Amino acid sequence: MVVPRRGFLTLGLLALFGTVAPASMDRARAEPASIVVASTTSTEQSGLFKHILPAFEAKTGIAVKVVALGTGQALDAARRGDADVALVHDRPAEDAFVAQGFAKARFDVMYNDFVLVGPKTDPAGARGTDITAALKRIAAAKAPFVSRGDRSGTHSAELRSWKEAGIDLPAVKGEWYRDVGQGMGPALNTASALDAYILADRGTWLAFKNRGDLAILVEGDKRLFNPYGVMLVNPDKHPTVKAKEGQAFIDWLVSPEGQASIAAYRIGGEQLFFPSANVSPVTKAKP
Amino acid sequence: MAGITLTDVVLVLNRTMILDRLSLAIPPNGITALVGPNGAGKSATLRVIDGLLVPARGSLTVPGTRRAFVFQKPALIRASASANVALGLAALGLSRTERRARTGAALARVGLAHRANDPATRFSGGEQQRLALARAWAARPDLLLLDEPTANLDPGATDLVEALVAEMAAEGTKVVLVSHNLAQVARLAADVIVLARGRAVEHGPTRTTLLSPRTPEARAYLDGELPWSSLAAAS
Amino acid sequence: MTETIHETFARLMTLDRDVLAIAWLSLRVSLTAVAIGLLLGIPLGAFLAVTRFRGRSALVGLLNAFMGLPPVIVGLVLYLVLSRSGPLGSLGLLFTPGAMVAAQAMLATPLVAALTRQVVADAEDHLGEQLRSLGLSAPRRAGVLVYDTRFSLVTTALAAFGRAISEIGAVLVVGGNIDGHTRTMTTAISLETQKGDLSLALALGIVLIALVVTVNAVAALLRGHAVRAYG
Repeated sequence: MVVPRRGFLTLGLLALFGTVAPASMDRARAEPASIVVASTTSTEQSGLFKHILPAFEAKTGIAVKVVALGTGQALDAARRGDADVALVHDRPAEDAFVAQGFAKARFDVMYNDFVLVGPKTDPAGARGTDITAALKRIAAAKAPFVSRGDRSGTHSAELRSWKEAGIDLPAVKGEWYRDVGQGMGPALNTASALDAYILADRGTWLAFKNRGDLAILVEGDKRLFNPYGVMLVNPDKHPTVKAKEGQAFIDWLVSPEGQASIAAYRIGGEQLFFPSANVSPVTKAKP
Repeated sequence: MAGITLTDVVLVLNRTMILDRLSLAIPPNGITALVGPNGAGKSATLRVIDGLLVPARGSLTVPGTRRAFVFQKPALIRASASANVALGLAALGLSRTERRARTGAALARVGLAHRANDPATRFSGGEQQRLALARAWAARPDLLLLDEPTANLDPGATDLVEALVAEMAAEGTKVVLVSHNLAQVARLAADVIVLARGRAVEHGPTRTTLLSPRTPEARAYLDGELPWSSLAAAS
Repeated sequence: MTETIHETFARLMTLDRDVLAIAWLSLRVSLTAVAIGLLLGIPLGAFLAVTRFRGRSALVGLLNAFMGLPPVIVGLVLYLVLSRSGPLGSLGLLFTPGAMVAAQAMLATPLVAALTRQVVADAEDHLGEQLRSLGLSAPRRAGVLVYDTRFSLVTTALAAFGRAISEIGAVLVVGGNIDGHTRTMTTAISLETQKGDLSLALALGIVLIALVVTVNAVAALLRGHAVRAYG
């Protein structure tokens, strides 16, 4: 033997490739059918998908891979063809998505609602059932307020609410208005740390654990209604879209079985999402 | 084999003139010693002969096909003794069997066969230098270039290395030896070249050159290096 | 704070199969990325150490700078490349473990190459002349020097592994943090932090640190064993 143990490192490398590479590469291929669903942080972080997906996967054998982004980002990913299905909550943006031809139809799936969360002591006196009145008081008191600031559905809803309250946000914005540019969870963490007010979706709030002194102050206002829509990305735009499997997922979501599964998801006895499917699509692309 | 000749060789490194129109004619057989003060260009001359340094001007004839170089500090890799010897054969295009045979023979020759599988970097200084000689010899060189091979060794180890060098020369390998150890030069070399400031100032048979140098440069160097020559002059 | 710590240890006791699967995925993705990084980076670094050519020092400078490549930028660039609308969209790699391997390999390769170049160049200083005298070609010299420095290169591999397994910016963007598919330790920790489940996030963090420590310990043991045998 010239170099008896020359192969020491070489063997190590080979072992790595022998065991590691195939394992990680095969995984994607081994799954017979799977779809990518671009969705929102609120649905993922509330734990809804973990609750409903096993039933669908067991029934159809189709694995659902959820990429949780803000609604704006989720629609961007779908627009690029990186997702097969988009499940989001920003009605105007969804209608635009269909109008631009990126989806052929939009279906109602469910709704939950937004709640105004704030410190239990409520220094601005925002407590009540009227979101516009609450926002006016917060702005007047310049009480700390945390905004998602990430083009998400929740962010859109927040901006709409300020508008409805007749408050010109760019004009009154100051130290008190913190634009964090993050998902619902991080924004709630920030609000909890600052004892600030924040508009949150009920689902994420119920699943959120680091509440500190925060509590729901405003709920039940009709304007805080938060509808979710689901759309199959148009396969004419992106031929790689798995239309059959994607449509199967949408069909299941709006079916009585899917709707029942959504209704059954509860945290601490509270229902997070309310089924709202009509069998026919709510928005259709113009022919 | 014809001798090695250097004609008007100029070598400049980092804007310093190392070899200044050096001309040499080294005889084809036996051991030739290169001596001279630090900075005279001895090591550079060996590297020019080996092709490790390329002169800016001048011409060079080095007959033979195979050269081997043994440095003052034996350059060994972190591997077994036999792997280090085999490294000297890597570029020769030999068969695996031939490489093994030669490696084994070379280790046996320097008396290290029993340590073939030991890590070379744990060898003593003398063993390391013998290993370097084994690596050089395994390639069956026509020309063996030695750059102060015993400068870091104790007298016992020096004796072993000298004996090996003398044997190899006796078998027909041309040896060019750079050494500051003039006693060693006297023991091994047939002829001596004295370098000073990048030029050859004297070249002659060992005894004559060491005992009665003709040029002032050679005399100045040898006076400093050879205690017995001044003693001889005083007596 | 003490309550969180108390909870964290309670959670550690009850970590389930999901967490093991996530840890295993993290380990596989990062080890594969490091293996690719070593395969590409070691030859590149060794080549730069033994050769001299025009533009070499500029390349070395670039490589050294790329050691600090921001993961999120790598993730973003790779996202645009692997997106269905991007040049390599047809590979269908986006939101798969393969994409995460690619992203981490992009982070590991310059790190391995730059550190290898330094280690091999140092070895070249005292071995290079002898190797050239033996008539070895540049690729062979590079090979011998890599072999000579293999024990130092283990440290390089560990540095690359540390960078790969601890990054989140790149895997989050190209992997998508898909539950059961591309969720790694770092993206899981981030997600649990976002959900406000700090004790679970911390428990996962302890698992990640244990993973890194274990890999380092195994490497140190193997290296020590080899050094004792090979000096």
